[in-house]
Amino acid sequence: MTMLKINDLHASIDGKAILKGIDLEVKAGEVHAIMGPNGSGKSTLANVLVGRDGYTVTRGRVTYNGQNLLELSPEERAHEGIFLAFQYPVEIPGVSNINLLKASVNAVRKHRGEKELDAIDFLKLVKAKLKTVDMKQELLYRSVNEGFSGGEKKRNEVFQMAVLEPTLAIMDETDSGLDIDALKAVASGVNALRADDRAIIVVTHYQRLLDYIVPDYVHVLAHGSVIKSGDKSLALELEKHGYGWIESHADDQAGAATVSGAG
Amino acid sequence: MSTSATDISELVKREYKEGFVTDIDTDTIPPGLDEGVIHVLSSRKNEPEFMLEWRLNAYRHWLDMQEPDWAHVHYPPVDFQAISYYSAPKAKTDGPQSLDDVDPKLLDTYAKLGIPLQEQKMLAGVAVDAVFDSVSVATTFKDTLSEAGVIFCPFSEAVREHPELVRKYLGTVVPHGDNFYAALNSAVFSDGSFVYVPKGVRCPMELSTYFRINASNTGQFERTLIVADEGSYVSYLEGCTAPMRDENQLHAAVVELVAMKDAEIKYSTVQNWYPGDEQGRGGIYNFVTKRGACRGENAKISWTQVETGSAITWKYPSVLLEGDNAIGEFYSVALTNNYQQADTGTKMVHIGKNTRSTIISKGISAGHGQNAYRGLVKILRGAENSRNHSQCDSLLMGDRCGAHTFPYLEVKNPSAIVEHEATTSKIGDDQLFYCRQRGLSEEDAVSLIVNGFCKEVFKELPMEFAVEAQALLGISLEGAIG
Repeated sequence: MTMLKINDLHASIDGKAILKGIDLEVKAGEVHAIMGPNGSGKSTLANVLVGRDGYTVTRGRVTYNGQNLLELSPEERAHEGIFLAFQYPVEIPGVSNINLLKASVNAVRKHRGEKELDAIDFLKLVKAKLKTVDMKQELLYRSVNEGFSGGEKKRNEVFQMAVLEPTLAIMDETDSGLDIDALKAVASGVNALRADDRAIIVVTHYQRLLDYIVPDYVHVLAHGSVIKSGDKSLALELEKHGYGWIESHADDQAGAATVSGAG
Repeated sequence: MSTSATDISELVKREYKEGFVTDIDTDTIPPGLDEGVIHVLSSRKNEPEFMLEWRLNAYRHWLDMQEPDWAHVHYPPVDFQAISYYSAPKAKTDGPQSLDDVDPKLLDTYAKLGIPLQEQKMLAGVAVDAVFDSVSVATTFKDTLSEAGVIFCPFSEAVREHPELVRKYLGTVVPHGDNFYAALNSAVFSDGSFVYVPKGVRCPMELSTYFRINASNTGQFERTLIVADEGSYVSYLEGCTAPMRDENQLHAAVVELVAMKDAEIKYSTVQNWYPGDEQGRGGIYNFVTKRGACRGENAKISWTQVETGSAITWKYPSVLLEGDNAIGEFYSVALTNNYQQADTGTKMVHIGKNTRSTIISKGISAGHGQNAYRGLVKILRGAENSRNHSQCDSLLMGDRCGAHTFPYLEVKNPSAIVEHEATTSKIGDDQLFYCRQRGLSEEDAVSLIVNGFCKEVFKELPMEFAVEAQALLGISLEGAIG
């Protein structure tokens, strides 16, 4: 069943068109990789899907489990099971990681009409999930992301994702700045979440992450539109030839997209 | 990403839930201030001669004083002749003898504020003195306290019943000519609480005073005096609210604390006077002098304040560390929203040897709010091995508010260690968005961040009040919430 359907999506930041007609369909159980050079619109797409301020959708539709996603507030999207692993997780001094997570779990449960978890059940859940991303327990009690290393921040994102068990997880360049051990830990955390009723969108610049999180589909973004889609072998070809190769192959398409974007 | 200042300003709109007026017959003397008014005031209260003399001295002193202008606050001049200096609900007797004598309207008022005065409904372990405009209307648990030897009563009653204690301590920490507003208070103070904890007694319950301004065109000038004799302990809390009115009302209080050898006083304030409306109309001018003296060795005084109300707050709860090894603490959360202004902080004066002080100040500014921390740490020549640690953190919401820090250090003894840390941070749109992406509403996200910022101070409050303070901050910053 189609979970996420994006039709002709155009979006701009401060009046500057970034996405120029994205079409994408994601079904439950699938893992999609979105690749592309810097400035191609990958992160913009991720941010539009979670409803971040400052991104204006100028055209197109996004439906998520049959409803118009673009009408929902960011928190409503979260309640509906959409999770973004941030590219740059923000620090929140004074708020402990575990407190935020508890508020978060209970906000989602409340939305589903479920009872709030008590402290004991919550801790049990959290401790089990810590293991899946190999994260140090002490990070639970530190302020959200404050003083975390780059790797710890990314692990923390995947850890939150593991606890919240989203329906649609979007990973925005989760691999950037990670050493190989952290990369493996993050990937194994994500792989543990692969399930028939869950979809994952992995936004990445490099093929490297896809050695560990093997996608069902790969889409290449350039100048704000999808210029090529394929299976995981597309990522390997990109790795070999670089983005220049694919952009020159897709010149006609990209040119057309630019014109339609400006119009 | 665009900076959505408008979103944040929506968020910090507040609703003042204590802004109602109680319709009650009052005995109010006409506006204006002269020696005649002080005579009237003193006689209404059946005060002994020494009290009248003390008031008149203060008044004469006040006439020669200038209103201070050094604080980082701005307001039109106060017309002291336009204020009524005494307003009290009409009572059948001189003062209520028991709760049965209290006008039911007053009991209702306090119930509406969440302060039930019927003892069976009270929080276990908290005694309350309720001050309505110029008089105390009820004091609970007096019997339980007197069994322990603790005196907890309205100040006016203490003047009549325990004149020797009042005479011994009144004005010994804040002299009647200390500053402009303290002098005015000394001349016209109406009521307040008096506490005396005898030697070696640990006060069996929390004491609290609940101040309510109700009448218009009046000022509230309460005076509180707490004496903890050798080796005793007391924890005291005050709360304050007022109706919503377009004009400003003056609240000029004086609080004096005396902690003798080995005694400890913990004084907590949750201040929620009417802050004025979104345009900055109305609200209370909260010009207060609070000071404690650690008179003996090992005495300890700890001030904790959560200041969310008032149009203008001007107060510096201070500690004079006279005895060796004395400890002074100041924990503060001050919130300014809309057009509120706060200039608050503390003075820690180290006189004895090995004295220690801790200052933790958290300022939150939102809307057009202006928030200043002003603190003095003074180490006198004889204060060998004294230590101070100060931490002043400011949190800004939006880009039209201000935070200011004015630390003053005067160190006359080379063995002293004085540390000062300050930080300024801003609740960013990216922080709010992060929380919302995790499923929290904007309001809950703000509340989580603000409470996180304040938790070092909240943990100093007695349990019940910590919960109240958190809720209050939530309300004060609540906005678009329907």
